[in-house]
Amino acid sequence: MFGLKTANETIDAIDRFLTLVDEAGIIFTEGIKSYLSGQQEHFLDKVKKLSHYENEGDAIRRQIANVLYTESLMPQLRSDILKLLEDLDNLLDISKACLVQFDIEHPKFPELIIPDLILLTEASAKASMSVVPGAKDYFRRPMQVRDSLNHVFLYEKEADRIGEMIKRTVYNQIAELTDLAHKNQIRYFVSKIEELSDAAEAAADLLLIMAVKRSI
Amino acid sequence: MLFFVFLSGGLFLGWSLGANDTSNIFGTAVGSRMIKFKTAAIIAAIFVVVGSVVQGISGAETLNKLSSVTTLSGAFMVSLCSALIVYWMTKRALPVSTSQAIVGAIIGWSFYAGINPNYSTMIEIALTWISSPILGMIISAMLYLIIREIVNRSKIHVVMLNLITRYGLIVIGAFGAYSLGANNIANVIGVFIPSAPDLSFNLGFIKISTTDTLLFLGGLSISVGIISYGEHVMNKIGKEIMFLTPEIAFIVVLSQSLVLFIFSSKELSLLLSYVGISIPQVPISSTHAVIGSILGIGLIKKGREVNFRVVKQIVLGWIFTPIVAAIITYIMLFFAQNVFKLNVY
Repeated sequence: MFGLKTANETIDAIDRFLTLVDEAGIIFTEGIKSYLSGQQEHFLDKVKKLSHYENEGDAIRRQIANVLYTESLMPQLRSDILKLLEDLDNLLDISKACLVQFDIEHPKFPELIIPDLILLTEASAKASMSVVPGAKDYFRRPMQVRDSLNHVFLYEKEADRIGEMIKRTVYNQIAELTDLAHKNQIRYFVSKIEELSDAAEAAADLLLIMAVKRSI
Repeated sequence: MLFFVFLSGGLFLGWSLGANDTSNIFGTAVGSRMIKFKTAAIIAAIFVVVGSVVQGISGAETLNKLSSVTTLSGAFMVSLCSALIVYWMTKRALPVSTSQAIVGAIIGWSFYAGINPNYSTMIEIALTWISSPILGMIISAMLYLIIREIVNRSKIHVVMLNLITRYGLIVIGAFGAYSLGANNIANVIGVFIPSAPDLSFNLGFIKISTTDTLLFLGGLSISVGIISYGEHVMNKIGKEIMFLTPEIAFIVVLSQSLVLFIFSSKELSLLLSYVGISIPQVPISSTHAVIGSILGIGLIKKGREVNFRVVKQIVLGWIFTPIVAAIITYIMLFFAQNVFKLNVY
């Protein structure tokens, strides 16, 4: 039967995992900003950092899953908790995959949409980072989860709005953009950035249900 | 030797009590794999015997006040009929109480023997059938409010809460097993006390009386029930009531254990008598105490988890179980006396 040491190690692991998700949001924002401002070296550094975060996140998630099952920890809650960790890990995966895709394709963006792209990146990353306080509350103050997650839904809507605006601009308002393939590529990257806030919203929805089950 | 043959009726009742009723204490913990069955069985087996020997006499005295079964064969028939009615009702998935069955059987014996049962004791016992689930409701509702407040205010991590609950379930489980032994042992051996031969012996440093020996044997039969058949029932019960969180399971087990303890502690009864509260030492139904405790939490949660069909079944059980037990015992005693020529009174 598991004891105090295992319990403390598991709590530490969960906290470390949540910190990774939180910091990944900052790195994601910095990475895209670096790319858009042409700071290639800085951008590559962020890609490398996010890859490292993603690997570490996977390792911690497996470690937690292993403890939950081998020690028969929280039998009623563990499948929900593992699903939550998977959803949060997905945020790391999406952030990394997005930056890697920038590195592979080197897309070119018209100057007109760059400020909006930065706003979109910030909104999407903030949605992702706002899941973390909700997740922390789930583990310690389940009654507060709903309040903590309000920002996620707010930023997700904002990201959707900006994303749609950029796409409309790209397809309808920039005369020098004549190549449909180029327009489609920009749309793809806008959607790729939006993917992060969508995944954050999915994680927040899961957390809301989990919090109801968790309250005694 | 003949005594032990007759005592087998009581020991069988003890076995079925151990197999079934300990699931109310460790069912959720074992069914949800928070505690291994082996751990639960060892703790329950030890504490049920301790509770039986240390505190079990009070309930037995009350049962014998109701009516004293004077012959061994009579006691055997009373035990056997109770065991049969418990088995029959369990098969039909009715929340049966061993206590109600044995009381009904004793009344059946009294009528057959032409002896009037002690009606004031009968009323006293019948009132506990109503008051014990109600007490369970009140205690669990209060515990729920207190523990919910503590958990919400403490901001304790769910992993740490799980650790505390797990060890809490073990400690409360031990208390529950103790209380079960103390309260329900009367059902197992109570009717044999007036007619038992001398089973006293001297260990040198302590003299063991006949009643102590009977209480020990009864406690042992409950333990055998736990070890031999408890796993099956605990796993089943645990899975059926998985909607309970471990924290709520903890409250339910604690509340049930307190109710059992209250109805079997002479000292507590004496203490409460000073403030004008009279609590008789009567064997009560642990199942009804559990159901009352679950209902208490359900009512606080605005009835969302209250199954009123179960409440109806309990109320019907209060009337149905003792009456059927009395009738069956009466008929069986007639057969035992006239067919097998047993001296049943």
